[in-house]
Amino acid sequence: MILLSFMGDLSTYETFATARQKPGKSVTVIAKLDKSSPIEYNPAVNPNLTTFHAVDSLGNRTQVVYYFEKPFDMEKSDRIVLKGKMKGDVFEITDKQGILIKCPSKYKDDPKAAHNYLSEN
Amino acid sequence: MNYIGEHLLPGQIGHFLVVLSFVAALVATIAYARSVHATSLPDAASWKRLGRIAFVIDAVALFSVFGVIFYIVANHYFEYHYAWNHSDRSLESKYLLSSIWEGQEGSFLLWALWHAVLGVIVIKTSRKWEAPVMSVMSLAQVCVTTMFLGVYIFGLKIGNSPFLLTREVFPDNPVFSNANYLQLPAMQDGIGLNQLLQNYWMTIHPPITFLGYASTLVPFAFAIGGLWTKDFGGWTKPALPWALFSIAIFGLGIMMGAKWAYESLSFGGYWAWDPVENASLVPWLIMVAGLHTQLVYNSTGHSLRATYFFYLMGFVLVLYSTYLTRSGDLQDTSVHAFVSSGLNWQLRAFVLAFFIPAMVLFFKRYRKIPHIASEENTYSREFWMFIGSLVLFLAAIAIIIPTSYPLINKIIGTNFVIGDDVEFAYNRIQVFVAVVLGILTAVTQYFRYKDTPRALFGKRVLLPTVIAVLISVAIGIWGNVNYDKYGIGFLAAIHLALFAGIYAIVANAGYIWTGLNGKLKAAGGSVAHVGFGMMLVGILLSSAKKEILSINLNNPLNFGPESEIKGYENLTLYQGIRTDMGKYWVTYVSDSVVKGGKMTYFRIDMEEKQSGRQFTLYPDIIKATKGQEGYSNNPDAKHYWNKDIFIYVNAASSISEQKDTSGYKKYPVKIGDTLFYSAGYITFDSVTANPRNEKYQFKPTDTAIQANLTVTAKGVKTFQAKPVFYVANNQTRQVPDTVHSEGLELSLLRVVDNQRLEIGVKESTRLTPYIALKVLQFPFIYLVWIGTVIMIVGLIMSMVRRARLGKS
Repeated sequence: MILLSFMGDLSTYETFATARQKPGKSVTVIAKLDKSSPIEYNPAVNPNLTTFHAVDSLGNRTQVVYYFEKPFDMEKSDRIVLKGKMKGDVFEITDKQGILIKCPSKYKDDPKAAHNYLSEN
Repeated sequence: MNYIGEHLLPGQIGHFLVVLSFVAALVATIAYARSVHATSLPDAASWKRLGRIAFVIDAVALFSVFGVIFYIVANHYFEYHYAWNHSDRSLESKYLLSSIWEGQEGSFLLWALWHAVLGVIVIKTSRKWEAPVMSVMSLAQVCVTTMFLGVYIFGLKIGNSPFLLTREVFPDNPVFSNANYLQLPAMQDGIGLNQLLQNYWMTIHPPITFLGYASTLVPFAFAIGGLWTKDFGGWTKPALPWALFSIAIFGLGIMMGAKWAYESLSFGGYWAWDPVENASLVPWLIMVAGLHTQLVYNSTGHSLRATYFFYLMGFVLVLYSTYLTRSGDLQDTSVHAFVSSGLNWQLRAFVLAFFIPAMVLFFKRYRKIPHIASEENTYSREFWMFIGSLVLFLAAIAIIIPTSYPLINKIIGTNFVIGDDVEFAYNRIQVFVAVVLGILTAVTQYFRYKDTPRALFGKRVLLPTVIAVLISVAIGIWGNVNYDKYGIGFLAAIHLALFAGIYAIVANAGYIWTGLNGKLKAAGGSVAHVGFGMMLVGILLSSAKKEILSINLNNPLNFGPESEIKGYENLTLYQGIRTDMGKYWVTYVSDSVVKGGKMTYFRIDMEEKQSGRQFTLYPDIIKATKGQEGYSNNPDAKHYWNKDIFIYVNAASSISEQKDTSGYKKYPVKIGDTLFYSAGYITFDSVTANPRNEKYQFKPTDTAIQANLTVTAKGVKTFQAKPVFYVANNQTRQVPDTVHSEGLELSLLRVVDNQRLEIGVKESTRLTPYIALKVLQFPFIYLVWIGTVIMIVGLIMSMVRRARLGKS
């Protein structure tokens, strides 16, 4: 019973392309922030709207809309995990926890960041 | 190359001590095992003595290792990678300890230290169980020590040494081609401690949690001892205080983590069903299940097999959670899992080294473990206690399986992940667990072991039942608990669970008088249950009635059917402008930068509209440590007896990276001159040389001049502005002054000649600083914390009583 009930909440890892096939279905996409276009968050206009572009593992690029404040450190992320729905050409995230940011420096066990810091100073 | 200025001795001593402790733990394991199997008493005694000596050496060596690491960190020997990577000179001394357990090596060391302390107590107290229990504990100690051993065997790295030098960690970094590299700026200071961990909870939460982890080993070791020596039931009484201790401390550690998350993170709560949180909750639930079956066995002889299973799994699950959180496998599902440290094989081996032998031994001996074939009576206490343990076990399974999806996916190639509403996925199951556990907690004590006269049970349980029903109905009618985000069914479940929690409080408090005649000494169990009930009620009320106070009604998008999903949680506040926020007026008054520019405090004035009560809160934004630019925010809270108001700044224009680049209009002026801007005029009143006031403190060697300006806006309002121009270290600098309400920035750009100064005037609409503010209200949150404390007090009361009973 318990397990069945959990199956109801199950979702799967997708790419933006496969998510597009399932509009309205909640999916999880592991992506990278597209740093060539800016993260737009202007609290003076709307403090609850963050938009940016992400590129999934197959290289597909999509606009992402997140109806919350821009997470701190988002610019530095190397990977982001997105949970939301594809709506037209836009990936829409309506849950606060629908975005998970992985910073290379998180808990500092990543030697690459430290190495760079050493040689830059 | 001969490097200059390195302190190599502490590292060599430290590394030697780590190896010594490893060898000593190995010797203790073998000696104690030989003692168990010795055929003659003197033989057993002499092996046992050897085991003791070895274990004490292990304990002393580990404490010395800790001392050496502390010495290195406290003296800022940045040639050691551990000090360089986890601390810096600006660190307050209370956080030096936190920087030791920020790293994986230090946290494993902490774990081993607790094993050592607990082991010494076991040696002192457990008499005939010492040899088997200590053999198992020493083996665990061997395994934990390998995690920070840092040696290579046949090219295979075993553990990460905390005594590695920075240059050994980055062997090909060009910095280290310089023999005097320690004098380089990058080596003059460390990277520092993660800002989020610079919090007083972080000095206390990790040691308590690791004591909790370590303490689950003792019941495990007793259980293995029982299977090993075939004295199947003899250990359950001496192990009882240990189980109570473990549950108390482990629970305390988990809830301290929750308090930390609540106070210093901005997740908007104390529990997010994050995999790291789940991974420690699951073994705790299993330990609680084991405690109850153990009590059943001690009183009736039932449930011994279940007790074995739960305690064996308790410690194995602690190891499993260590693996989950440290292997990097949870990276995509957890906010705060470690990234992989390259020791995954070792972590896996550690789990399997305890899981497989424990299960093999358990199933091999399974048939020999005494059990009573007869069915338990449904009017007996043991029947319902067993059901409760089973529910705890199922609840644990329902948590650990989804938490393990990333691992399951890896092993069987599936593609599972929890949908976008992770919390609800767990809550909708656990709310029913809460209902069942609450009711069981309430009624079970009113049953007697073996059999209860029907009439007596009914008579005693009637009053608390009626009271609990009345309170619950009252809450249902007047409590305004109408959390309908997930439909009426879930709301009904919440009300049912509320009843169960209240029932648990009332019935257990009542039992102290009716069942135990007020004998508080014997009431540890009831007290713990009252605490558990309060936690349930607090969790339910604070989550179901959690309110977002900063609902943004200014945003035109927030109307129509989609307003629920389009964001509305943040409110934009302009400095100095009193803004309507539902039941409150809120004003962003000012901000101030402290700690050398690392931290910015925001002063937020709140006024309750109805009562006119005012209060001020200071949330802040802090700059991350070196090598990792970026910011994080810390909330501030106003605590009332019945609710917390929680406030945090999610964005602030004053620290955003976008700089206003519109240039200055330049005016050369004499004293008395007037210049105009779009909305008024500015007069140049006077000059102050080397000003000294709260805003400016110059060194005697600096030269500074301050222009005193009066801004007259629209011919009515006047403001003072005092920009400064100064020379320090042969460089000229300006400190501009701003008049926010006018969007004016005034600067003293340079001295033109002995008569005139050049004043820069910048007008901008973007000068008014703004913040994005989020305000949450958690009602009855204090019930969660008080409930936790009461539960732990109850567990400790029981522990003390059982330990005394065991001695006599």
